[in-house]
Amino acid sequence: MKNKRWLSLLVVSAAFIYLVLPLAATFMYSIAKEWSHTVLPVSYTLDWYKELFTDSRFLAAVGRTLTVSAIALIASVVTMSVTVFVVYMYLPKLERFLQAITMIPFAVPGVVAAVGLIKVYSSGPIVLSGTIWILVGAYYVLIIPYMYQGIRNSLRTIDARRLMEAAEILGASKMKAFLQVVAPNIMGGIIISALLSFSILIGEFVMANFLVGGSYETIQIYLMRQLNQNGHLSSAIVIAYFTIVLMISWLMLKLGTRFNKKEENKENAA
Amino acid sequence: MHRKVTLFAIIALLPFALLVVGFLMLPLIAMIHDSFLSADGRTYTLEQYITALTSPYYSKGIVNSLKISLYSSVIGMIIAFVVSYSITRMPKKIQNFMITFSNLTSNFSGVPLAFAFIILLGNSGLFTLLFKEWGWNMTDTFSLYSWSGLVLVYVYFQVPLAILLLYPAYSGIHKQWRESAALLGASNLQFWLRIGIPVLLPSIVGTFSILFANAMGAYATAYALVGSNYNLLTIRIGSLIAGDVATQPQLGSALAVILGLMMLGAMWINERLMRRFRRDLQ
Repeated sequence: MKNKRWLSLLVVSAAFIYLVLPLAATFMYSIAKEWSHTVLPVSYTLDWYKELFTDSRFLAAVGRTLTVSAIALIASVVTMSVTVFVVYMYLPKLERFLQAITMIPFAVPGVVAAVGLIKVYSSGPIVLSGTIWILVGAYYVLIIPYMYQGIRNSLRTIDARRLMEAAEILGASKMKAFLQVVAPNIMGGIIISALLSFSILIGEFVMANFLVGGSYETIQIYLMRQLNQNGHLSSAIVIAYFTIVLMISWLMLKLGTRFNKKEENKENAA
Repeated sequence: MHRKVTLFAIIALLPFALLVVGFLMLPLIAMIHDSFLSADGRTYTLEQYITALTSPYYSKGIVNSLKISLYSSVIGMIIAFVVSYSITRMPKKIQNFMITFSNLTSNFSGVPLAFAFIILLGNSGLFTLLFKEWGWNMTDTFSLYSWSGLVLVYVYFQVPLAILLLYPAYSGIHKQWRESAALLGASNLQFWLRIGIPVLLPSIVGTFSILFANAMGAYATAYALVGSNYNLLTIRIGSLIAGDVATQPQLGSALAVILGLMMLGAMWINERLMRRFRRDLQ
């Protein structure tokens, strides 16, 4: 069996090359000065990044993406942690129902979600079409599955029921027990799901394009428009985006291991 | 006391409930309602569904979407099946690296992915030029902007996801089983056919249904590659609700409902199999 080890290594290496190639090519393109009729670039430059980070249109697009994502994320963290907590603690009968609801966004692709949202908010009592709020709402729904999983799992890991009981026996009110005992303990889990959600939101194109595309240019819409204008600039955007995703993944990994270590210490102490 | 708790619970759940109703439930209901209306929006009719399923143009789009989802899922699955098994045979460090790397590349889809493939295989792409230098004019037989090109790009975004979903399943195959099977005289092939694959089967089908749904719902990748030129279900829906020509929201809604039902079907299969899988383990 051992002698086939090299075969596995070959397969894994081939897979790595396959997966890294498009990314590597994009990176090369972003630092290439001139590259149109040769296999490798003729000369290299960092000018595209310089141009990108001084381009006020790009910076405005970054600002817009951050604004929409931040509002959706904050709304999600606040309302969902309260909801999941209350259902977990006091309304366990609703748990299956809540779980079913949180799964729906998985079955609704961006295009389908856009159809309904445009229908409801382009006419009638509330008109949100073309404003940032329709996108905030759409993004809030998009990240529900991830936020639910994260919050639910952290509540289960810290055994929130017993924590609340202990805090209340010691004289804390329900509100105080939640804010000062439960909330700090599930913060790690919430931050991890929020980071995951954030990396999904900054890569979202479809709903942004349909719901606010004309009036509110996010990073992905800007990228789409640059695609046919300036390839080098576009590749610099893609690499910048991936650097952010990479940083977020790294942060999630760090936070995750720190969180787990804490759990282990707790178990060892017990 | 009890009443106070109920009141408190209602207030606590209200913001979430309002947002879910406003941005998920209502739009879905409005879309389903719309799909049963005639083009002028006055009368109830099944006209839109009949058009969607019988018009050669739209039914072709549905079939194309099903086809590309099937092809890309099958190919992605086969690659991921071999690769994730090979990953489990590597030292722990390489295993962790490959999983982290798959996780990173699973973010690579939509507009950025289409762009990267244009750099690699577009009209003046890296490989296109490389092959030309070697004396083979790739564009004679393959174009990134054709169906085979689209399948290639779809496979790419399926592979990392499939690796992430399949890799944990291999831990269900214990080393001892292989040893016992070998001791009892089973060959490698026999082990995989009789034990390995049957044990993995629920995960394989579950992963497959997720990949399938993933491809069915994809829009940005194809759109970024050739605009609205591919006849795919998602692209058709997109042009019907925000097209260059006149929009037909009712027909778009009917197509969206059809797509939603297909996604639900894929997820239902996944859910059923996962549940069975877990029961088997216990």
